Amino acid sequence: MTDIPIVKVGGTLIAVVREDITDQDALQFQQALNSQLERFGATGVLIDVTLVATIDSFLGRLLHEIAVGARLLGAQTVVAGMQPSVAMTLVELGLGLEGVRTALTAEKGLAMLRRGESGRQVTGRGA
Amino acid sequence: MEPESRIPILGEMDIVPARQRARDIAARIGFGAMDQSRITTAVSELARNVVRYATDGRGEVTVREIASLNGQRGIEAVVKDSGPGIPDIELAFRQGFSSGKGLGLGLSGTKRLMDEMSIDSQLGAGTTVRVRKWLR
Repeated sequence: MTDIPIVKVGGTLIAVVREDITDQDALQFQQALNSQLERFGATGVLIDVTLVATIDSFLGRLLHEIAVGARLLGAQTVVAGMQPSVAMTLVELGLGLEGVRTALTAEKGLAMLRRGESGRQVTGRGA
Repeated sequence: MEPESRIPILGEMDIVPARQRARDIAARIGFGAMDQSRITTAVSELARNVVRYATDGRGEVTVREIASLNGQRGIEAVVKDSGPGIPDIELAFRQGFSSGKGLGLGLSGTKRLMDEMSIDSQLGAGTTVRVRKWLR
């Protein structure tokens, strides 16, 4: 069980991450998402992080893992709504989230998933 | 100046309260959203190091407001554990190096987020990491 609800809309799984989640919550979310991907055969995953005030190396790495895992299960992932301060911090931390598609808003993220675009990427040093 | 805030780290679930306290204090001192994010994330990385590397996974985070001799205000976080200590601090700072299951971004990444960082580590006795950021 995770307390980050995942809803399925058409072929897309949508999740809104809370303001501050523990490592354990994040890992449970990853598991829940993977099992739903398997069950529903979704082709897109939208993770809205508008509310998230802190993404440290653990959560950043996990988002990357989620995107890679979803791709292996046949789904594209978009991380939407990252706060500018969070994005800058990730870059300075050395975690550019290469390979994770991002969108400014959930709406734009959904449009990207529909069109199957490659999206913008946060770029930075290392990792 | 507010009294210092001490948060025990007894496990993974204490990382969130520690970083939230750091954010609250940073906001109260007057740091903007960008620096609040840097400070909060730095404390999160250091608190996680305690959980990950300290022998018993225990330690404590102390956050307080500081002032320099010329009156500049800032924030200081001291993260202490009684773990195995760091045998080679220079190596531990190198990006990509990790003795645990991390990405090896912890110390080098944390240093980039803050203005000052110092480490006092004694083998078998523990590690104390002190980070500071000044209000501009």
